[in-house]
Amino acid sequence: MTHIKLFKQVGPFAENKDIAKEIRVKKLIPALEKNQKIILDFENIDGATQSFVHALISDLIRKYGNEVLDKIQFKSCNATVKAIITIVVDYMQESI
Amino acid sequence: MKIHIPNSVWLGNIDPFLQGFDPSREDKLEITFNKKWLSIHPMVLSMIAALGLTINSSKIKCEKLEATSKHYLERMRLFDFLGIKSDMNIKEHDASGRFVPLTQIKDSASLTKFVTDVTPLLHLRPKHAEPIRYIMSELIRNVLEHSLSKDGAIVCAQYYKKSNIIRIGIADTGIGIWKSINESHNPKNDIDAIRMALTPGITGTTKREGGTDRNAGAGLFFIKSIASINSDFFVLYSGRGLYKLLKRKSKRIHLNADPFDDRHSKRNNLPSWHGTVVGIDLSLDTTQEFSLLLELLNKTLTEAIKERKKERYKKPQFI
Repeated sequence: MTHIKLFKQVGPFAENKDIAKEIRVKKLIPALEKNQKIILDFENIDGATQSFVHALISDLIRKYGNEVLDKIQFKSCNATVKAIITIVVDYMQESI
Repeated sequence: MKIHIPNSVWLGNIDPFLQGFDPSREDKLEITFNKKWLSIHPMVLSMIAALGLTINSSKIKCEKLEATSKHYLERMRLFDFLGIKSDMNIKEHDASGRFVPLTQIKDSASLTKFVTDVTPLLHLRPKHAEPIRYIMSELIRNVLEHSLSKDGAIVCAQYYKKSNIIRIGIADTGIGIWKSINESHNPKNDIDAIRMALTPGITGTTKREGGTDRNAGAGLFFIKSIASINSDFFVLYSGRGLYKLLKRKSKRIHLNADPFDDRHSKRNNLPSWHGTVVGIDLSLDTTQEFSLLLELLNKTLTEAIKERKKERYKKPQFI
């Protein structure tokens, strides 16, 4: 199990796509390649942009199919963050 | 180039101001003002500041200001951007709660710092701060990623107490929307490119549905939708094209994937702006909870992608 606390890297407003990509490439993909489950922890994050969440997870859904969502859990998300994640997950599944 | 600032320019009446912009002779800039009164949207300030950065200050001719509201331009730091002395001595009050002066953002790290700083500056409740922070972040990031402008994004904002509205302006002098969208699609002209840029799922970075690992083609659609739900003005000007989302007439909220299905006005014959300009008004009286707004948006976005995907389905060949 890989537990990633995002606040330390992204601060209270998750909007920096470059950081999202770095997390995806350096942490998420290696964990998935090892067949590990992932917890993406949004504790203390009070907002996120669609661009950030897209840069974080869209490529995983495209690469591994929507089964990858069985391996990722989103923790401590407020209503806004939940809504953004749901949007990205929904449109990516429509797109693949 | 010549630009005249009339006494009143807001998003609702911005067309004559844009029509009066003279983009010829790019090596010089002449700015004139209404003599009596200036009441202008931050979008106008962002445009002038962005133009100012493209020209050596010795080539900028700025008419002496006589209007009573001239201190506003100084306080918003317009003359700093133009590199000219205004000869005005003003006492600078704390900006918090009222405005975000003209700010140039050229990289991702500066953007992150800007959006972190901007929310406390405007002293807003979370339901108001969230969409404003969101809009600024996504619009500025668009500039940094797609405009290829060496000067980055020029942004400013102002809170108007009487109307309880935040007005935001963002300008760049980059490649513009047509060139950006034309990388992967074939827009006929500027307004067609603006239409594509506002349609969910279309991005200049790929033809592929769902976008790339970095871009989904949903950013501008989100922002137009936030304005639409709140019944606010939203303006996008690039090249000779202008799209203006008008206030909703009916109480019923319906989000459209095609921006031309929204209540709007459009032009494709304005003086050409080399880059992109965005203006948005956010009425704090009508702002919906951001998470509710996002739920509404999700439905439209998913349906739009589904429909466009269906358009590309191959049909069976019956013989």
